Amino acid sequence: MNAITHPSRRGLLATVSSALGAFTFGFHAPLVKSAAAQGSNAVPEINVWVVVRPDDTVVIRIARSEMGQGTLTGLAQLVAEELECDWSKVTTEYPTPGQNLARNRAWGNMSTGGSRGIRDSHDYVRKGGAAARIMLVQAAANGWGVAASECSAANSIITHGPSGRSTSFGKVAEAAARLTPPTDIPLKDPKNWKLVGKSIPRLDTAQKLNGSQVYGMDLRLPGMLNAAIHACPVFGGKIGAIDSKAAEAMPGVKHVLRVGENAVAVVADTWWRAKTALDAVKITWDEGQHANASSASFAEVMKAGLDAPEAAIGNRNGDARAALAGAAKRVEAVYGYPHQNHACMEVMNATALWTAERCEVWTPTQNGEAALAATAEAAGLPPARCEVHKIQLGGGFGRRGAVHDWVRQAVAIAKQIPGTPIKMIWSREEDMLQGRFHPVTMCKLQGGLDAQGNLTGLHMRISGQSIVAGIFPQNIRDGRDPVVFQGLNASGGEADIGYSFPNLLIDHAMRNPHVPPGFWRGVNLNQNAIYLECFMDELAHAAGKDPLAFRRALMGNHPRHLAVLNAVAEKVSWGSPTAPVNGQAVFRGLAQTHGFGSYVAACAEVSVSDKGELKVHRIVAATDCGHAVNPQQIAMQVEGSFVYGLSAALHSECTVKNGRIEQENFDTYQVLRMDEMPKVETIILQSGGFWGGVGEPTIAVAAPAVLNAIFAATGKRVRQLPLKHTDLRRA
Amino acid sequence: MAKLNVNGRVVDIQVEEDTPLLWVLREQLGLTGTKYGCGVAQCGSCTVHVDGAAMRACAMPVSAFNEGQKIVTIEGLSPDSSHPIQQAWLALDVPQCGFCQPGMIMAASALLAANPKPTEAQIREEMTNICRCGTYNRVLAGIQRAAGIGTSG
Repeated sequence: MNAITHPSRRGLLATVSSALGAFTFGFHAPLVKSAAAQGSNAVPEINVWVVVRPDDTVVIRIARSEMGQGTLTGLAQLVAEELECDWSKVTTEYPTPGQNLARNRAWGNMSTGGSRGIRDSHDYVRKGGAAARIMLVQAAANGWGVAASECSAANSIITHGPSGRSTSFGKVAEAAARLTPPTDIPLKDPKNWKLVGKSIPRLDTAQKLNGSQVYGMDLRLPGMLNAAIHACPVFGGKIGAIDSKAAEAMPGVKHVLRVGENAVAVVADTWWRAKTALDAVKITWDEGQHANASSASFAEVMKAGLDAPEAAIGNRNGDARAALAGAAKRVEAVYGYPHQNHACMEVMNATALWTAERCEVWTPTQNGEAALAATAEAAGLPPARCEVHKIQLGGGFGRRGAVHDWVRQAVAIAKQIPGTPIKMIWSREEDMLQGRFHPVTMCKLQGGLDAQGNLTGLHMRISGQSIVAGIFPQNIRDGRDPVVFQGLNASGGEADIGYSFPNLLIDHAMRNPHVPPGFWRGVNLNQNAIYLECFMDELAHAAGKDPLAFRRALMGNHPRHLAVLNAVAEKVSWGSPTAPVNGQAVFRGLAQTHGFGSYVAACAEVSVSDKGELKVHRIVAATDCGHAVNPQQIAMQVEGSFVYGLSAALHSECTVKNGRIEQENFDTYQVLRMDEMPKVETIILQSGGFWGGVGEPTIAVAAPAVLNAIFAATGKRVRQLPLKHTDLRRA
Repeated sequence: MAKLNVNGRVVDIQVEEDTPLLWVLREQLGLTGTKYGCGVAQCGSCTVHVDGAAMRACAMPVSAFNEGQKIVTIEGLSPDSSHPIQQAWLALDVPQCGFCQPGMIMAASALLAANPKPTEAQIREEMTNICRCGTYNRVLAGIQRAAGIGTSG
């Protein structure tokens, strides 16, 4: 197991080493095996989720990956709630993917994406905590020779009611571990929760304040060498010729290697020397069939898809085409969303150690099991002879989940240097060029209004890239990508449309460019919410109706969607005059959607100067995720979602020219910085009764709320992201 | 060959002189709290103090420094995470993934050293580090807390 060390907040002052201590080269947490993983002399686990040490330390096992979203703390809260342990004694550790494989997936799915960490595992992790408590109580009762029903647990102390005797979890843990696990595991009524629902501080903050948190790129292993890599920037291309003579003579260089058919790596004593030498390798690429591809040429392909006769249907009722034909007024608009890079602050990296018998990888990953599968495949070894050690992620956002291209590369390098650990780090440029990009799409929307301004029909034709076709093509059935309609589904409870249209057709003409797609935080909800919510605003305007009233009229059958929309409207006093800021008039825009099981809405307040300068002053956001495990963490995810969503709306775009991505670093791939960050006010509707995700859905309402406010301010519709391409000066 | 004063200690460095300070800190001195984010002084993940001022270490060659200049990294900001910025960060749970936070903390502490009571506008202008998780509002609040000034509105 990978012990995740987080000194308690109380202990922080006492335990952090001196500044000079960092000069001492030492091994880091990933190499430290927990007692539980070491076998015979280990502290026994109560069950797979809970280990209690004799000193009463409670180790809670976390199967999902922490990448900033707070899942480590949230999942620990769920286990601890049922365990009835002392929260100040809680620590956590990751079971490894290899251990999960060896134990018949005792920890279930390790995938950490789709905002699923808590909503997909709350039931079994709470049962893990409850079962451990039952066993601890039973062990204490056995020791006293009393009935377990006369005993209770709280704060890691077990008390026998009638006699008043008490003992601690640590004292009975070994006996508890020998008991047969219970089969009947009742869970608490949510109204009795003590930890869940509370804004408990994160367990992992202290080490993020002094440089001691180890990320993948910080790892050091004995005898380790460093690798820099460059793959063909044109996707589908491969190595033509390499001239590495100059590079091989450079200081510290050990190897210049081919990695598969399409990449060249330099291995050196330090990464900087490897990177410097890699820059000196003369590589001639065989760029292949996509050497002339461009964003412009692909836009033509997507445009044709907007009117193509063949399209996969995502949601349909009534006869939208007939309704449009018979409408008193028709509104039509075409929107577009570009490729974007995840741009995690920590570039892709992995450390691999390969021998003919075994392969180990240390890497930041959102899905340890997928990383293990990629490791085994690249290593040419069975998964049982491989292991992946999950290291803290410097951001994930979907890039580190489904595709482990960088792990395959690191293993392919290590395989050429058996017995030597190789730490491969991408440069930022490599990270930008070799992304798995937000899918590029366009959307043509046509709406029909009757003479009274009521919506009679809507046709929404999406044309463009399918993530699933690029990553899980086996899940495409009859040309239909089921995920592409995220937020637009008729039903399912996961990502459903929030309006009842009398006649509706939503379809998708799949058009895939050669640029590989990825699951980018928010996934397809991002563009779908922009398309629908901005067009709803256009329809309201065409109907001469207030955007909120126009929406509400169609939301009667969607009370949860309506509740979050109403929550933001009430908070901003929608319809009331806004106060000018710095002499600029302020305008509002609304958006709502449903995704990852949660309902979200936002109202943006913006001003646009005479020079066309946009200022987003404030965003009020509402989230209904059912059970809110840690409201402060949810608020942080909502705030962060606006940074991600506003970056995408305002600045970020990856364009293709000559088959390759043009933006290679943050100088050309702009993201939101603090000067543009609006105030965010988060409303969390603790409605209970269901479990929704919070890491992603709010991103989708960031752009449409702002774009609708921009229209209110300027009368200009921004239909192509990012916004930087549009002159916002009033006509 | 270079001599550097890092976190109060003078160290000899054997390295090509055009090696960026960032990689000397990370690979020669093992001070991995200072992060590589972009290599072109855009993101600020590599921010350190040089004689008290914030500097992006990724784009400065080691040859630009001498042992008379005091370089401080996140590991040397305080011996026990007691710097007011670190304490404010702890109180507000500022970090998410945390990768950019050493740079944020170094930039914020240099800002307060130069301007103990910055206005919100000054903070927004000075703090140009990139955070992709989106901690900006808590970074702002953290700086205000450390400066002993209330948050606006």
